[in-house]
Amino acid sequence: MRFMVITKATAASEAGVLPSAEDFETMGAFIEELVDAGVLLAAEGIGPSSTGVRIYFDGERKTVIDGPFTETKELIAGFYLVEMKSLEECVEWFKRCPIQKTAGEPTNIEIRRLYTAEDFGEELSAEQREAVARREADADPAYRSA
Amino acid sequence: MPTDTHRAIEAVWRIEAPRLLAGLARLVRDVGVAEELAQDALVAALEQWPSEGVPGNPGAWLMTTAKRRAVDRIRRNETFRRKLEEIGRGLPEFGPDVGVTVAEDDGIGDDLLRLMFVACHPVLSTEARVALTLRLLGGLTTGEIARAFLVPEATVAQRIVRAKKTLADARVPFEVPRGAELAARLSSVLEVVYVIFNEGYSATAGDDWMRPALCEDALRLGRVLARLAPREPEVHGLVALMEIQASRSAARTGPDGEPILLADQNRARWDRVLIRRGLAALERAEALAGDDPGPYVLQAAIAACHARARRFADTDWERIAGLYELLAAAAPSPVVELNRAVALSMAYGPESGLALLDQLTAFAVLRDYHLLPSVRGDFLVRLGRRDEARAEFERAASLTRNERERALLLGRAAACGP
Repeated sequence: MRFMVITKATAASEAGVLPSAEDFETMGAFIEELVDAGVLLAAEGIGPSSTGVRIYFDGERKTVIDGPFTETKELIAGFYLVEMKSLEECVEWFKRCPIQKTAGEPTNIEIRRLYTAEDFGEELSAEQREAVARREADADPAYRSA
Repeated sequence: MPTDTHRAIEAVWRIEAPRLLAGLARLVRDVGVAEELAQDALVAALEQWPSEGVPGNPGAWLMTTAKRRAVDRIRRNETFRRKLEEIGRGLPEFGPDVGVTVAEDDGIGDDLLRLMFVACHPVLSTEARVALTLRLLGGLTTGEIARAFLVPEATVAQRIVRAKKTLADARVPFEVPRGAELAARLSSVLEVVYVIFNEGYSATAGDDWMRPALCEDALRLGRVLARLAPREPEVHGLVALMEIQASRSAARTGPDGEPILLADQNRARWDRVLIRRGLAALERAEALAGDDPGPYVLQAAIAACHARARRFADTDWERIAGLYELLAAAAPSPVVELNRAVALSMAYGPESGLALLDQLTAFAVLRDYHLLPSVRGDFLVRLGRRDEARAEFERAASLTRNERERALLLGRAAACGP
């Protein structure tokens, strides 16, 4: 099963500070381990919220608000897409992630399971499922470039 | 015992077991003994971790414990000592350094590769190699392997015990083969990984989930192998082939579990993460293979032609026909020829396919193979020779053992008219 492992923003990441050569090395070694074990599908870092926007939806009104956003701990700073046997295996792997060392402060990592077609089972009609799949394929989002 | 800790230990075990076993196997030069020591360490973890918590470096903890257990066993078991001596290892190795944390990852990659070559040694039957590889390198339990292969657990346990004995009796060295031997031994490893993959791929709806999970196990093994032997084009070729085939999993069966042919699959349901990975692996494989691609690289290249085609009509059949010609030369087989005939018919018209099929009827192995008349019938329909086509479909229907397929073929025969 697949998991999205989400790393959270820190004061430094929000300030747009790029990882030092040493931090890069530290995190690189962990990523290498995931690759060696054949479990990593993709990994990306995400820029600070000051480089992003939010679109707020309220009825007919759509408001685009520029970053930065203030709730740092809730913002995401990167993600891993991994294939694991179980949530437990994913947890054991990511307990080894040197995230606090590179973050330089207490932080957290969030692990979420990805839905598969089977999960929608009864909820969606066959046509709806096909449509979801087609939209995904056509949109071909960047995270899919492993 | 709290279930959480138990599950955490299981997860740690799955992560650490291959490296632990590989390291121990290098020390004791016997995978059977290595596995017993590793099991001892697991038992110790199950006893201690629930109360003491999972250690910070569980891999090192398990290795240290396994070595300590080895000493305990040696002290109280003279037979075991003799066994160790027989296989060329004395006590000193386990002496003073026991309890010292083992060196991090020092040559562990080489040990894993050695373990893979030993587990897939040609002295073992394919079944034994598959069971041993999943157990030692896939981190699967005997029970899980049994469920995946639909055989009793005792059968798998027996297979593994015998395999370990065979390896010990044959004094198979714990090393990566060199020179001329390497190619043959590597293809034995690749075969095992692909057998595991295909077993998972052939799982059908309603099967125990352990069966389709074999595809993931095989993919993981393949990816690990590609990191351990990065210069081998066939390794990347196999990985590419498996990634691309696995990308179609969700599209290849209908709501009632009925198989859907490539031509009719909803390509929007193909997994694009796996396709990208497969195409990247293929690129590496082709760069390494140069002018001399092996069977896995060629099969991956064919799979890639389908993966690149957004619609069935976009398929580059000329390229596929050319690749099948190369594959027929690299790994001759009547089934490859049959596929080549289909590709030829798609690229250049049914006459070209029919011409090749006529040569294939000489192959004894294809005589009772239902796909031969079925494909032939298909070509004949496209040529408007309906009477001949009907006879071929009827013959194909009489040869298949699959009820659903028989119905399909009889339907096609009926559609050819009276």
